[in-house]
Amino acid sequence: MSETQTEKKDFGQAVLEEIIPPPKEGAPKKNIWKSISIPLLAILTGLLIGAVMIAATSSTVWAAFGVSIWKGFGTAFSEIGTAYQALFTGAIGDPVRIIQALSSGDAKEIRLALNPFLESLVQSTPYIFTGLAVAVGFRSGLFNIGVEGQLFIGAAAATYVGYAITGLPGFIHMPLALFAGALGGAFWAFIPGFLKAKTGGHEVINTIMLNWIAFRLTEWLLSGPMTRPGSGGMPLSPIIQKTAEIPQFFKSPIRFHLGFFIALFVAWLINWLLFKTTWGLNLRTVGTNPRAAKYAGLSTTKSIITAMTISGALAGTAGAVQILAVNRSMALGLSSGYGFDSIALALIGNNTPLGVILASLLFGTLRNGATRMMVVSAIPIDIVDVIQAIILMFVAAPAIIRAIYRLKKPGKEEETIFLSGWGGK
Amino acid sequence: MTTTTQTIKHRRIAEISPARKLTIGIVEVLIGLLIYFLFTSKLAPNVVTVFNMTPGGIDIGTMADLAVPSRLTLLIFGLICLGIGIFQLIKGFGRATNGMVGLCGLLLIMAFLIWQASGKSLNLSGMLSSAVLLAVPITLAAFSGILAERSGTINIAIEGMMLMSCMFAALVGSLTKSAVIGMLGGILSSIALAMLHAVLCIKYKINQTVSGTVINIFSAGMTAFISQKFLQKYQNLNAPPMLSRIPVPLLSRIPFIGPILFNQNLFVYLMFLILIVLQIALFSTRWGLRLRSVGEHPKAADTLGIDVIRTRYVGMLLSGLVAGIAGAFFTLGSVGRFDEGMTAGKGFIGLAAMIFGNWYPLGALGAGLLFGFADAIGSKLSLLGSVIPPQFMAMSPYLITMIVLAGFIGKGQAPAAEGKPYEKE
Repeated sequence: MSETQTEKKDFGQAVLEEIIPPPKEGAPKKNIWKSISIPLLAILTGLLIGAVMIAATSSTVWAAFGVSIWKGFGTAFSEIGTAYQALFTGAIGDPVRIIQALSSGDAKEIRLALNPFLESLVQSTPYIFTGLAVAVGFRSGLFNIGVEGQLFIGAAAATYVGYAITGLPGFIHMPLALFAGALGGAFWAFIPGFLKAKTGGHEVINTIMLNWIAFRLTEWLLSGPMTRPGSGGMPLSPIIQKTAEIPQFFKSPIRFHLGFFIALFVAWLINWLLFKTTWGLNLRTVGTNPRAAKYAGLSTTKSIITAMTISGALAGTAGAVQILAVNRSMALGLSSGYGFDSIALALIGNNTPLGVILASLLFGTLRNGATRMMVVSAIPIDIVDVIQAIILMFVAAPAIIRAIYRLKKPGKEEETIFLSGWGGK
Repeated sequence: MTTTTQTIKHRRIAEISPARKLTIGIVEVLIGLLIYFLFTSKLAPNVVTVFNMTPGGIDIGTMADLAVPSRLTLLIFGLICLGIGIFQLIKGFGRATNGMVGLCGLLLIMAFLIWQASGKSLNLSGMLSSAVLLAVPITLAAFSGILAERSGTINIAIEGMMLMSCMFAALVGSLTKSAVIGMLGGILSSIALAMLHAVLCIKYKINQTVSGTVINIFSAGMTAFISQKFLQKYQNLNAPPMLSRIPVPLLSRIPFIGPILFNQNLFVYLMFLILIVLQIALFSTRWGLRLRSVGEHPKAADTLGIDVIRTRYVGMLLSGLVAGIAGAFFTLGSVGRFDEGMTAGKGFIGLAAMIFGNWYPLGALGAGLLFGFADAIGSKLSLLGSVIPPQFMAMSPYLITMIVLAGFIGKGQAPAAEGKPYEKE
């Protein structure tokens, strides 16, 4: 970055450098523990509170407390133990089975024993895309709560291209369907971006409204123009062509697919865009310090619209990948609230692509494990939402975590992201 | 807003720019043309639309059915809109501009109804009666927003508070077999969340939009968790008594208006009561002046000896209280049980109504009634067998919200200091 700037410095960049000094080399290495300690403690606290919820809502625990306090605590710990063990084996796999499979050397058995882990990666894939979508928004000072709607529109677009176009070879059809998904999401996010930039209509409300419109629209599409013949009015799309499928690596019960690696690649791409290009610097300046951006002559309007559009394209891709790789046809139960979860993801990952990947792996693992926990201990999967909300709260308010664990206050305040009020100023 | 030399701006209706004047005029002319040509295009001259003027199941304050000649009425409505639009383009209505836009909107809706129900009968007063009922949660949410934002805190957590109150109202109501105690339980749960929001925003100074999102996610997860764990398993925990219609003596006997406004359940009367109390308390008492001063210019308020922090806590507390009533409406005043996610974005629409109403209680009521009306039309028209898919009618409140936010109706002025935590120097 310094090479390009020493030669030709235009006025805007010179001012920008005055306001935001370029990052020093080698400085962040020391702070690795500092930057992950808060999220780690937040996750730990979230899981602890989740454990309290499991115990407090269990009728067997209450019955045991009726007998004696010690029996009550004992039952509570065993209930929590069973639940979290199910969470672990559901998310990573049963260690005993994995070791047995490895020692037997049977390739199929190894794959099956590792399937819970692979399934966690499958679950993480949409999170990576949607987390990135929210992070790009945050970086430019925008709060995109409309990821859910953009995901639905993207998925619908990808589904349509996936089943309606025939006769294309796979290496054209699949990317085309993926691109259609990105385009659909981008369009759906362009609307609130445009409204924010041109009229000041707050993107939080507009994106939420567009979520509801997207749900109704897809419901109409799937039960009307895009319905599967013979589905009897049920909102369900036809199955996509074989050529549009994103390949899965293994046979049927294992759903691990190429989309995971596409997600990693896209994360790398976003990282490059945000942190290695002038465009990214400008975008981040608008996000962190709108006034400085204004004095530096940056166009807020353009930045808002592009950031929202890219954010929407990422969300749309999430939906497209989910359709093309996993579901292979579209129904209304496409998303289990990726849109809202992704806000927590982006914040826990500190709005960096690497952070988002790590947080996505965590959330994907949690959700995958929670499915098994629901089967074993009859604990509703929605407990994951509660845990996520608590984690998000602690990450957003590090002061609380510092107070609980008696951590020292950091010398310098972290970079805060600017979000505006309703006026959009 | 960091400079010390700032002046306090008076709250006033923003000047109408020539560009907006032109746009509004053109839109009004288009509405006129739409009604005059499209709506009448396939109507025979002698078709009539019959409006029933008494809601079903009510025998006080009845009124005879009203039959209007469809085509003639539509032509007149179209001409009125055309006239307003042309006058707007030539001369402009000045302060009455927004009122005229509202009138055109109303005529458009009425024309749409006459067109859709031509040759059939439509229960107009039943529709208005349910519009008032549907307006209750939206208007109360808007009041909740006004209380929070007039004291300087953005509250996008209203949706979450409503949902929590919704569930607790059902739970407590079922346990105590009393709707009133159920409502109190709901209100308390909502206040608890409001206090959490207040602590996070005021004490820990975290971004108020993020804090609101934390509460929304938490609430969605927690209510779904408790609902699946208990309410669905034990049906008697989810069967609260409902508040029934209470006809107001004398007033309920007024034909047409009586059944719509004065033969409703407690929540409707509460809405009007809170409207009056809020209007007087905010704008005619010393307490209200202080609350507003904290939202507009906390530093000045602090200099004059007003406890800014305390006032903001009080504002949030009252905001939580009103949001609690709004939430309890769903279980106790409308449906009679709790369903997951049953607030369906009404809290956010309430925020839009607050912005629409320019942070004034009366304006918020007007906006709330408009949204309620849009909702009621949707459900009535699907009964009439309209050509328009029900999903599109269901979109209309969300679309109206977006159009309103885009500033077509006119941009309001948010309290100047909202969204910014107060730091005492």
